[in-house]
Amino acid sequence: MPPPADIAANGAALAEPPQRLPAGAHTGDRLWNALLGVFGGAVLLVVGVIVLELVKVSRPVMAVGATRFLLERDWNPVVDSFGALPFIYGTLVTSTLAIVVALPVSVGLALFLSEMGPPRLRPVVSFAIEILAAIPSVVYGLWGLFVLVPWLRSTVEPFLQSTLGFLPLFQGPTIGLGFLAAGLILAVMILPTVSSVTNEVLKTVPASLREGALALGATRWEAIRIAVLPYARPGILGAAILGLGRALGETMAVTMVIGNSPEIHASLFAAGYSLPAVIANEFAETVTDVHTGALAGLALVLFGISLVLNSLARILVQLVSRGPMRGAAQ
Amino acid sequence: MKSLAVRRAVNVIVTILCGAMVLVAIVPLGSLLWLVVSKGAPGLTPSFFTALPAPVGEPGGGIGNAILGTGMLVGLACLIGLPLGIGAGVFLAERGDGPFGRAVRFTAEIFSGIPSIVIGIAAYGVVVIPMRRFSALAGGLALALLMVPSLARTTEELVRLVPGTLREASLALGIPQWKTSLRIVLRTAAGGILTAALLAIARAAGETAPLLFTSLNNQYWNFRPDLPTASLTVQIFNYAISPYQDWHDKAWSAALVLLLLVGALNLAARYALRRSAAGGQT
Repeated sequence: MPPPADIAANGAALAEPPQRLPAGAHTGDRLWNALLGVFGGAVLLVVGVIVLELVKVSRPVMAVGATRFLLERDWNPVVDSFGALPFIYGTLVTSTLAIVVALPVSVGLALFLSEMGPPRLRPVVSFAIEILAAIPSVVYGLWGLFVLVPWLRSTVEPFLQSTLGFLPLFQGPTIGLGFLAAGLILAVMILPTVSSVTNEVLKTVPASLREGALALGATRWEAIRIAVLPYARPGILGAAILGLGRALGETMAVTMVIGNSPEIHASLFAAGYSLPAVIANEFAETVTDVHTGALAGLALVLFGISLVLNSLARILVQLVSRGPMRGAAQ
Repeated sequence: MKSLAVRRAVNVIVTILCGAMVLVAIVPLGSLLWLVVSKGAPGLTPSFFTALPAPVGEPGGGIGNAILGTGMLVGLACLIGLPLGIGAGVFLAERGDGPFGRAVRFTAEIFSGIPSIVIGIAAYGVVVIPMRRFSALAGGLALALLMVPSLARTTEELVRLVPGTLREASLALGIPQWKTSLRIVLRTAAGGILTAALLAIARAAGETAPLLFTSLNNQYWNFRPDLPTASLTVQIFNYAISPYQDWHDKAWSAALVLLLLVGALNLAARYALRRSAAGGQT
């Protein structure tokens, strides 16, 4: 742990600017300001510690060489061969699949909740979505393993193979466990996030836009298409990216249904592996420092990707709620 | 220009499609809840809550130590995470408008989306490496780190719900700012803060990934925070991926217990929020 010097510095810096009252008015106020400043600084400190520890634990593998680590396809701890590529591939494939499935459902759901559905049904539906968000990941995994996977194996995958089997995506043995199962369960899990952010974004669309379109004789859907969706588009994109970020880091449910085999296959039916899943399975049982370091290196990759995606998503959502068109709308 | 009839028909079709999307979202939820209840309920005997796990093939056995372990982990997480998260939230609500406040808010927002497993590795680095063994403390720290960012944001939002007129009235009476914050604003927001804390606890109780290599697991009762400990979620995971039917049944029962726990915490949070909202209006 670094010494708490920088907290104290932050606290002291913050004791200065209480914008609402003249400074130095009251000793109690100064103390209160300093205390709150320490708490604010603690958040930055916690985040700093997280980043520092990740870098520290992953150092052994960085000695091997970052580019080799990232581009190597082979992962075999027994012979000290550590390549991140199969996991990066699996993570990208499953989360892309998840967002492709979840986005249309979420937008439909959000439109239903904010624009179209009967007002009486709305609280019921949003309550159900809240429950969906509250269910722990491991319970989703349990359901995926014993319900979704057998259903995919017996029904969905044979059907896809017989109808769309000419695509490389739907070839090979249908075992149930694999990219498709992981992608679908992720889709269910990120649905609450994507739909609730989309819903919030839709709420920030100025009513005058919608009313204008309706007054011109548009049907409800036309008003949504002409006035609401174009305004909300960057925010919906932000919601999708936020969902993508959630899907990337989701661990337990994916670990239980992806098949856990560090290979790269074009087919969605094949078993694969993802970044969080391999960390979950191997981290407690590492023998060598390089192995531990390699897993922490994978965590660092995951961290980097989700940091970029989350920042991007926040900026996009804020863009809409601040409203680039708000001036024009008023 | 399409005819009005066609445009109306398109409108109806899209409305139906959106309704169908609601069904698509609800069906997995219904299936999951139904299966957890129907498969889990038969195993919920009194001894399931109190006994230690039985070896494969032996009848009986329970998850008593895992329930205790989850309680201990969440308790440790609360000790570290609640003061930090709530304090940071109050800071953001009361003093968060400057550049420093904006930096803290942005950081908290970005980090509430960081994968929990990544945070587990940080806890591993801070506690497990120096102590040279897995421990409940490491698991509790992981859960605490996980709590702080989102708890701070929720707390901020709920404290900001307190009407500004209350603060102004207090300041106008000559009450100093710190006392106004503590005795007027935070007291009014107490229900909201409780809501935020309960939601954070519910999330922590359902977390598995960072526990796998911090608190690990334990087949026996453990009351010491410096030793590995069992937890409900890790136990569900281990039972689910095992090849034994008996353990699969136990996984469903343990999942039902976990859902009841998380559900109760969420309901309590809703109740606290409703009470605080009512308090704020009057």
